[in-house]
Amino acid sequence: MIGFLTKRILQAIFTVLVVTLVVAFAIRLTGDPALISAQGGGTVTEADLQRIRVALGVDRPFYVQYLGFLKGLLTLDFGRSFVGGTPVSQLIGTALPATLTLAFASLFVSIVLSIPLGVKAATTRGKWPDQAIRIFSLIGLSFPNFWLATMLVLLFAIALQWLPPSGYDGFSSYIMPAVTMGLILTATNVRLVRTTMLDTLRSQYVMVARAKGLSETKVLYKHALRNCAIVLLTFLGVQFGGLLGGIVVVERVFNWPGMGTLAFDAVAARDYPVLQSVITVLSALIIGVNLLIDLAYGLIDPRIRTQ
Amino acid sequence: MANATTSGRLSRFKAMEFVVGILLFGTICLAVLFAPLLFPDGGTKIDLAARLTAPFQSFAHVLGTDPLGRDVLARVVTGGKVSLVVGFASVVGSIFVGVAMGLVAGYYRGAWDALLMRFVDVQLALPFILLAITFFAILGGSLVNTIVLLIVSQCVQYARLVRGSVLSLREREFILSARAIGVADRNIILRHLLPNLLGPVIVLATLNFANNILLESSLTFLGLGVDPTIPSWGGMLADARTYLQTAWWVSVFPGLAILLTVLGLNLLGDWLRDSLDPTGRTSR
Repeated sequence: MIGFLTKRILQAIFTVLVVTLVVAFAIRLTGDPALISAQGGGTVTEADLQRIRVALGVDRPFYVQYLGFLKGLLTLDFGRSFVGGTPVSQLIGTALPATLTLAFASLFVSIVLSIPLGVKAATTRGKWPDQAIRIFSLIGLSFPNFWLATMLVLLFAIALQWLPPSGYDGFSSYIMPAVTMGLILTATNVRLVRTTMLDTLRSQYVMVARAKGLSETKVLYKHALRNCAIVLLTFLGVQFGGLLGGIVVVERVFNWPGMGTLAFDAVAARDYPVLQSVITVLSALIIGVNLLIDLAYGLIDPRIRTQ
Repeated sequence: MANATTSGRLSRFKAMEFVVGILLFGTICLAVLFAPLLFPDGGTKIDLAARLTAPFQSFAHVLGTDPLGRDVLARVVTGGKVSLVVGFASVVGSIFVGVAMGLVAGYYRGAWDALLMRFVDVQLALPFILLAITFFAILGGSLVNTIVLLIVSQCVQYARLVRGSVLSLREREFILSARAIGVADRNIILRHLLPNLLGPVIVLATLNFANNILLESSLTFLGLGVDPTIPSWGGMLADARTYLQTAWWVSVFPGLAILLTVLGLNLLGDWLRDSLDPTGRTSR
């Protein structure tokens, strides 16, 4: 168990390092931030540009900047934004909760929808509810997330005027973005729940539970579903990256002040520290979630520890 | 548990999946192919007098017009070319790169394999859209760059699939015998391994085609992908955002075109997966 733990943690740290290195290197290829900052400032001499570079710290060699960034990471000091000089940790401090709460809300919507629908599909295999669910799932898989968001806005904000079209202000503003991402996740998850359920329903302990005369609801939701948990948990890890990526896009439709909005603004302004930190934080989160899930297996299923 | 009626219903459903899938995707492909004949101006003709005509009102503009008076139907049909070209080219490219990577990693193992698996880790940790933001910030958006980005980000899926299959295939008797009689590695890979991988790769390619169209349209919608002056579904939806209050149709039809194209491909992919999988594990 200790060996497994150490190996997984080392792998995770290595991946974070590679991601930060690639991103740090790539972002520096995007252009000179001094030129962007100097725009609109009248005539600019090379000496002025050099002064800006020194002030921003981009005159130093790449490895010095990168090591500085890594050192900052350890203390959660991400440097200052090139635009306005706000500490990046402060920007992320407001954007990350907006993105994460939306991610959890989307997961919640997806769990609430996909588990009962998936169980229903599995128990009615081949009959009309199963096929209807399958068709809905295929349609859901084919929806562009940003267009689904737009259509929800059109229906609920413009036509019916029930919900605010955009913004980040209280419970009602969460509904449409969370439903958008929740529905898209449900399209995949419902099939996963169905397949796993079908496997589990064949197993002996489900037969035993039925033989004991337990009610069908109890057999399905108490005994069978519990065993599906591990498969669903694995999938959650794989999905987490896609979910955050989807949210970054959907944030644009809803003017959601999250990590996506922060990243897009940073790209436009060549704001290295912000963009680099956004990508690092999101990647570290995804790696961290996957690591936690791997470790959780060990707790749920002792057989994995020895492998 | 399977009984005759259940499997009968399932196979009828499968047949429907194929028919609807081919109808959707085929119609859209044909329309896009013949777009230059159907709409010679490519939906670029500006007619301010007819601006924001609602759909289903006039025969000249069945799906209405956009804020510049350009015909929405003509633009949707012409704009499909971008999605189909990007989707197809990126899938073909990913197959070549990914299958090669997977074959080498799975067959030779060792350093190549370790390298591939770390590459997979990094890919899984970096959401596509963030990779895209950085990529386009460096290279700028264009049709070719979008295709390259999709190949770079999607080839890993093929590599993983192929690697996994090769790992089990290489221990099978027919490969071991080929080795024992001294067949060259290159011939084992090309003549014995590759034909066995065709089915799963085709299924993945169909579903990946669908997904790449979704990715391309979201990139273009975000202003990252294809040049916004070329008519494309994602680009039209980006332009339409400002007019959501006044002209719903400009936002609805390009999105519907994406949905139907991707749905057609997903139906075909789903059907293919079940038809090529003799154990029926996925359909049941």
